[in-house]
Amino acid sequence: MINNVYRLKSPKLFDKVYTEIDINSDIIARPTYLSICKADQRYYQGERESEILDEKLPMALIHEGIGKIIKDNSYEFKPGDNVIFIPNNPTDSDEYISSNYLKSSKFKGSSEDGFTSDLISFKKDRILKLPDNFNLETSAFLELVSVAIHGINKFKKIAHNKKDVLGVWGDGNMGFIVSLLLKNIFPDSKIIVFGKHFENLNRFSFVDEVYKINEIPENLAIDHGFECVGSAASQKAINQIINLSNPEATISLFGVSEYPVSINTRLILEKGLIFFGISRSEREDFIEVINLLNAKPEIISYLNNLITEVIEVRSLKDLTNAFEKDYKNSFGKTVLKWMI
Amino acid sequence: MIFAAILAGGSGSRMGNIEKPKQFLTLGSKPILIHTIEKFSIVNSFEKIIVLTPKNFLSHTKDLIKKYIEDSDNIVVIEGGNLRNDTIMNAIDYINDNFQIDDDSIIVSHDSVRPFVTYRIIEENIEFCKEYGACDTVIPATDTIVESNKDNKISAIPLRDNLYQGQTPQTFKINKLAKLYKNINDDDKNKLTDACKIFVLNNEDVYLVNGDVTNIKITYPYDLKVADAILKDQV
Repeated sequence: MINNVYRLKSPKLFDKVYTEIDINSDIIARPTYLSICKADQRYYQGERESEILDEKLPMALIHEGIGKIIKDNSYEFKPGDNVIFIPNNPTDSDEYISSNYLKSSKFKGSSEDGFTSDLISFKKDRILKLPDNFNLETSAFLELVSVAIHGINKFKKIAHNKKDVLGVWGDGNMGFIVSLLLKNIFPDSKIIVFGKHFENLNRFSFVDEVYKINEIPENLAIDHGFECVGSAASQKAINQIINLSNPEATISLFGVSEYPVSINTRLILEKGLIFFGISRSEREDFIEVINLLNAKPEIISYLNNLITEVIEVRSLKDLTNAFEKDYKNSFGKTVLKWMI
Repeated sequence: MIFAAILAGGSGSRMGNIEKPKQFLTLGSKPILIHTIEKFSIVNSFEKIIVLTPKNFLSHTKDLIKKYIEDSDNIVVIEGGNLRNDTIMNAIDYINDNFQIDDDSIIVSHDSVRPFVTYRIIEENIEFCKEYGACDTVIPATDTIVESNKDNKISAIPLRDNLYQGQTPQTFKINKLAKLYKNINDDDKNKLTDACKIFVLNNEDVYLVNGDVTNIKITYPYDLKVADAILKDQV
């Protein structure tokens, strides 16, 4: 069947193209609410290396989103059901490596077209039904929450049991979500957020303490650190985490940097620190997010506060305007009501 | 109840010397008609998708649907009429013969040669018709439209901001459409190129649904070249 796909052709330029999707796929769904991620912005603004842009574009952006079932050949959903899309698309499996990190896996808006299209075909295990009581606008960015859950689960497996003080670096969206989940999953731990912008830090009302990165009290130490800064600033953040970490701390890296980051390996060795990276989630992480939010609806109300703007997208011009507006916001999520 | 009527009654007389009606020509890997039917076949709200085709092509149309569309239980092929509105009325007769409809029942009529229609456009047609009783899919006119009544001279240049180009789907409450059609005299019936005009001639409102510039009608050989080009570009 002919399908309309809205691709980024070159930085700041979207174009409509036609592809064919198989009408007999497990599922055909239509996007309803999508959310712009920093990764999408890097393509849109042309901030990726030119070789990467040449290789990947034209490509439809956006890997955070929900939609409704249009046709279900798997008989597991009903037409009209609200569902969340899982952007990772495994083509292979491995006994040891999770499919969200397999090189062979495809990822929407990175190695294949993202969600900006009239319709999308899915394998039945690449979508999950959203509970009826979930706010659809907030659900648009639950993929980001699933990445946070994935990281926290990895942390649970790797970190030693002393978790009295957990430090989160970054006062943006990822820092907000990671610290919110940490407070709910480890209610007895002291959660401290370190950031650069006091206005942003004021939004973290649910954590125990917040500090500006240049006003940290002496003798403060953390048992484990979470870096949610990214970009060139991640170097300073990681080195500050290394400095403030107790021996044998784990340091979870969530922030994406386009640049090589120089870090104090001497102190890492001296303290025996453990670093690990998190970028993508899998089906089980999405299930866990849905279960967690069902059990603790107050988390949803905090997540609602992340939405800075809901923009109706009826044309490519609207899509362009949404990316421009999103770029100007230093904090929060831009949600697209997909009506094109 | 909601029905779709795919109007494939045309003989393709404007398609140059090609003998086959244009809806059966191949676009990409499939006949144009099949691309169009696929767009409607995924919409769950249709009780029946009625494909109206010239008498000589009834069997051919059925064969194509059987070949290309796996799940075709809710698709039926019937004979179209001589004129566009006769074809729609044939669909309404079929509906009345086979279903118990009420005043809220809807027919979504669509040109078989507009395969680039989107799910959004079909969905909004149904929504608007439920709310307002009739709707037409349009795009704002980009060219200046010039009116000439006689002698090869301009008689008027209407304000472009008020002009739109009609596309399809056109969607109506079935009973109302049938009733209004009966009100029109035969002379006017012969001049109807558009089902919405049945409402307009009866002073009834027709609401506008935003179409899409690429929801093109494949009428001339050039259109097929354009359609092939935009499809091949990416497939």
